[in-house]
Amino acid sequence: MSAVTAARSRRSGAWRAFLRDREGMSGLLVLVLFGLLALLAPVLADPAGLDVTKAEGASVAPPSWDFLLGTDHYGRSVLTMVLHGGQVTLLVGLAATVISMILGTLIGIASGHFRGLTGGTLNRLTEWFLVIPYLPLAIVLATVFPADVPKLFAVIIVIGVTSWSSTARLVRAQTMAIEARPYLERAKALGGGHWHQMTRHVLPNVMPLVLANTTLTVSIAIIAETTLSFLGLGDPLRMSWGRILDDAYSQGAIDRGAWWWIVFPGVAVVLVVRAFNMCGRALERILDPRLEGR
Amino acid sequence: MTGSSAGGAGAVTRRPRRALSVAYVLRKCLSAVLMLVFVVVVNFFLFRVLPGDPAKAFAPRGRNADPEALRELRERLGLNDSWDVAFGKYVKSVFSGDLGVSFSQHAKVTDVIMERFWPTVLLSGTALVIAAVLGVWLGARAGWRQGSRFDRLGSSAAVTFYSMPEWLLGLVLLVFLNRYGIFPARGMNDPRSTLPAWLDVLWHMVLPVTVLAVVYVAEYSLIMRSSILDERRADYLTTARAKGLRDDLVLRRHALPNALLPSMTLFFLSMGFVVAGAITVETVFSWPGLGRLTYEALRGPDIPLLQGLFLVFSAGVIVMNLVADLLMPLLDPRVRAA
Repeated sequence: MSAVTAARSRRSGAWRAFLRDREGMSGLLVLVLFGLLALLAPVLADPAGLDVTKAEGASVAPPSWDFLLGTDHYGRSVLTMVLHGGQVTLLVGLAATVISMILGTLIGIASGHFRGLTGGTLNRLTEWFLVIPYLPLAIVLATVFPADVPKLFAVIIVIGVTSWSSTARLVRAQTMAIEARPYLERAKALGGGHWHQMTRHVLPNVMPLVLANTTLTVSIAIIAETTLSFLGLGDPLRMSWGRILDDAYSQGAIDRGAWWWIVFPGVAVVLVVRAFNMCGRALERILDPRLEGR
Repeated sequence: MTGSSAGGAGAVTRRPRRALSVAYVLRKCLSAVLMLVFVVVVNFFLFRVLPGDPAKAFAPRGRNADPEALRELRERLGLNDSWDVAFGKYVKSVFSGDLGVSFSQHAKVTDVIMERFWPTVLLSGTALVIAAVLGVWLGARAGWRQGSRFDRLGSSAAVTFYSMPEWLLGLVLLVFLNRYGIFPARGMNDPRSTLPAWLDVLWHMVLPVTVLAVVYVAEYSLIMRSSILDERRADYLTTARAKGLRDDLVLRRHALPNALLPSMTLFFLSMGFVVAGAITVETVFSWPGLGRLTYEALRGPDIPLLQGLFLVFSAGVIVMNLVADLLMPLLDPRVRAA
């Protein structure tokens, strides 16, 4: 119980420190903006604009007053596609991160808590996922994924399963540090079981670290989503930022010099990923006093 | 297995220390071999759980494959055998260097991969060397003068490029530069070119190497910067300054070597990202390497080729990690003590 209250009071202090952090706040601002744009996408731009049969513009037209960000090869507005694509990209990025954080926290705590075969095996598994290059693994997983699962879920699961290992390593080290403290000895002496120790004492203490790591994981997940879509492994039925860029590349945007088709979705990806990275760096600074002043 | 090797290491630490103990080398090699074995196992089982008839997925024309060819393929893939027998056959063929036949390339997977291997090493290797040198220099300078204009601009640029998928930078460069036609946008050489062969390849390398190097520099300079920051307030630097050494000499002779070593470990650990960069950037620039081959294998999908590529990429990264593990204690006494 005491561990929980202590963690809570530390968290409100961290929040105040975050409000004072210029890099973190500007990142947060960008994220709120993109979140609102994604949520309001159906209001801001008619979803019918994504339908190739209802495309109104000229094919591959540069930005104009009617089409602020230009059009693609079907004559669809790039602005409409970027707004709606943001929904899918952000959804996949966030959902994959949730899977990755849950896996990373569970495996990290368990591998730090249990000694012997269980801990050793989990630790080996974590190391394996850390070393194996993520993109070839994600490609292999996406290729063999059962076809009856909707592609959107498949991509989310593939990214979640390939990105948990660095979180697990971090959580494992933190778990072992916490378990060396006297209050855990007290909990053990009073007869607290594994479950009690892990959920009541270890978990509240690793949570801040996990949360700081989350923002960095989201940025990795979004890059992974756009990369998989770019390689043609995304959901073919849904517009996403990676999908727009894949279309642009395969429909010859480069030879036609259609910079708007590549630059605008590209800027959206970089802004959002950078904003998540900025928040993550700010949180790291706040939670790790060693990094003061970076 | 873990228990026995850990016990061996414990016994060694009591003896006077050498740079590399036999037990340490053996333990690292064993762990690398275990990882490779696990890659082989994953490769077998992942592709075996393919929905429907795996033979059809493995066959050149998918569902419309010739029934005779399908029967032959089932025999060769061991689909008529039980799991354990099939796995035994698979392991045996992998260790005898037989990775099957690629459908899209109409050749043995090992031959196709060998043919595309060196272009990838050339491209990624060049980018890595450039990025490591530049990244160390930029990161050290930024960290040494923390908060200076150079540091603020540099770090901001580094975070931006670090947030950018490599292939996106490639697309942006291409869409703006293509109309001028200065640098070739595709391939590794041009048969119509009048330049000497090596210069032609070098010319084709300019854009993809630039793209890869910029993104890797961003990552490496951030690592190096935080490494220098860790050293900056160390006592031995105060001593060096007290001796009256010039500031840049303190950085070059004292801080840099100490900060370099932990960064090197992280450089080696980032090999997974190098592979991802190779796959996507080779795709964008049609560079005839393993990355572009992966993209081509995905079109089918050409499953035997994908399996082979996954094995080669993983083995490459595992070997690089092993090299790092074995080199670090030789270079850094602090790792030896740990």
